[in-house]
Amino acid sequence: MLIKRSPNGIDLPYSSEITPREVYESRRSFIRRLAVGSIAGGSLLEMAAREAFAQTPGAQKLTAAANSAYMLMDKKTAYKDATTYNNFYEFGTDKAEPAQNTGTLKTRPWSISIEGEVKKPMTLDLDSLLKLAPLEERVYRLRCVEGWSMVIPWTGYSLSNLIKKVEPTGNAKFIEFVTLEDKKQMPGQRRAVLEWPYVEGLRMDEANHPLALLTFGMYGEVLPNQNGAPVRIVLPWKYGFKSAKSIVKIRFTKEQPKTAWNLAAANEYGFYSNVNPEVDHPRWSQATERRIGEDGLFTKKRKTLMFNGYSEVASLYAGMDLKKFY
Amino acid sequence: MLNPTPKQITLLKAVVFVLALLPFIRLVVFTVLDKLGANPVEFITRNTGDWTLYFLCITLAVTPLRKLSKWNWLIKFRRMTGLYAFFYAALHFTTFLWFDHFFDIDEMWKDVVKRPFITVGFTAFVLLIPLAATSTNGMVRRLGGKRWLWIHRLIYLIAPLGILHYFWMKAGKHDFAQPFLYGSIVAVLLALRLVWRWQGRRVRTQVPA
Repeated sequence: MLIKRSPNGIDLPYSSEITPREVYESRRSFIRRLAVGSIAGGSLLEMAAREAFAQTPGAQKLTAAANSAYMLMDKKTAYKDATTYNNFYEFGTDKAEPAQNTGTLKTRPWSISIEGEVKKPMTLDLDSLLKLAPLEERVYRLRCVEGWSMVIPWTGYSLSNLIKKVEPTGNAKFIEFVTLEDKKQMPGQRRAVLEWPYVEGLRMDEANHPLALLTFGMYGEVLPNQNGAPVRIVLPWKYGFKSAKSIVKIRFTKEQPKTAWNLAAANEYGFYSNVNPEVDHPRWSQATERRIGEDGLFTKKRKTLMFNGYSEVASLYAGMDLKKFY
Repeated sequence: MLNPTPKQITLLKAVVFVLALLPFIRLVVFTVLDKLGANPVEFITRNTGDWTLYFLCITLAVTPLRKLSKWNWLIKFRRMTGLYAFFYAALHFTTFLWFDHFFDIDEMWKDVVKRPFITVGFTAFVLLIPLAATSTNGMVRRLGGKRWLWIHRLIYLIAPLGILHYFWMKAGKHDFAQPFLYGSIVAVLLALRLVWRWQGRRVRTQVPA
């Protein structure tokens, strides 16, 4: 057996003989995670920040490689703000209520039934959905119709993957997302604030745009209930309410879906609801927004960008009067 | 029957004064401690708006309460609660002008003219100003009771305008529970006055002096 000796003749022990196994293993796993993190385009700082952000005790990790095409220079919103300031009327109309009331929501078992104008209607459970396409992390701006915005790292894949699988027929012109309806799990549905279940929808070409994200997680963890667990849609170029949460049904239709907010107040919330600084809400201007956690009391509001800065969707609306189709 | 001495009334006034100031102190403390939540401007706007409505309701309730309970001394608290309604309305307006528009009067004015719910809220606030300005004993004397009373009847217009402003704000969120509650309170308080006025007239015609 060949024993390597140092020049001065002193035996050097193997490092494995000094360092306890659990310590070097955790060190290796840290390096591994670091490597994954850097492949994913994230810096060590960002990873540390993410660990500090994601603080739901016992939350299940849902990590995925970041898609470098969807990274932003914007500072990410604090996890606490993104999970305690939510519009999710199924759990109350106050923005603090969803975080307090979503304990009743059972996110497993869960499945989405896919129906309507498709060659292959099917019901997919959460595990099959998670395996349907590789998960990726994307950082998106979120602009609420109320005039505030956040920056959130989501985990999911393009909705187009699911659409391809079920093979829409030539009649499929629109896609409709239906949220769970269950007064026991969603106490806010006891009040007729909106027509339940919550329905949202898109034109097929919008739904097939790569930006449309079928989403299962945020901040490297599975979605917290108040953020639309276990599966939701995220459409960063539209006002937040278009991004349906806790989806149980996806329907492909010939007709434009009757969406919840449009039914409630058609003059205020159009079917398209693209982020557009030039088209005001009847009760406030959409030209500016307040970034949650960054724009404090004494900061001027920032300018809202057309399509929330996602100009790649502009071609979907070429030739359309966006003042008319708001 | 409850009949506090002048000394007790002074003490009670001090207590009410401090109590009515607590929501403001809370806002200041929360601002300093960064406890206003994810959207501080929204918190302050809603909170000051809510307290304006509460004090409008309280102020309008003084006379009916006095009549029903026969506690005439209650009237001594009406000026203070009315001024507190103005105080919170002024904070509400300042939040709008400062944190929403950063004193850009042109922009603010555009908002006021263009958006009915702001037009209504702004009108209610402007109408409150003469009431606050003529709230001193000196002003009552200078104007004379009748003219002073006429000005202060504006409250019967201001309170419904405030409710309408709140209703319109909530209408977009399709959440009418709160506006309905405060609307009902104001409606009852105003209806009581109409009933009493009508009864008073009937009594006068039946028993000519």
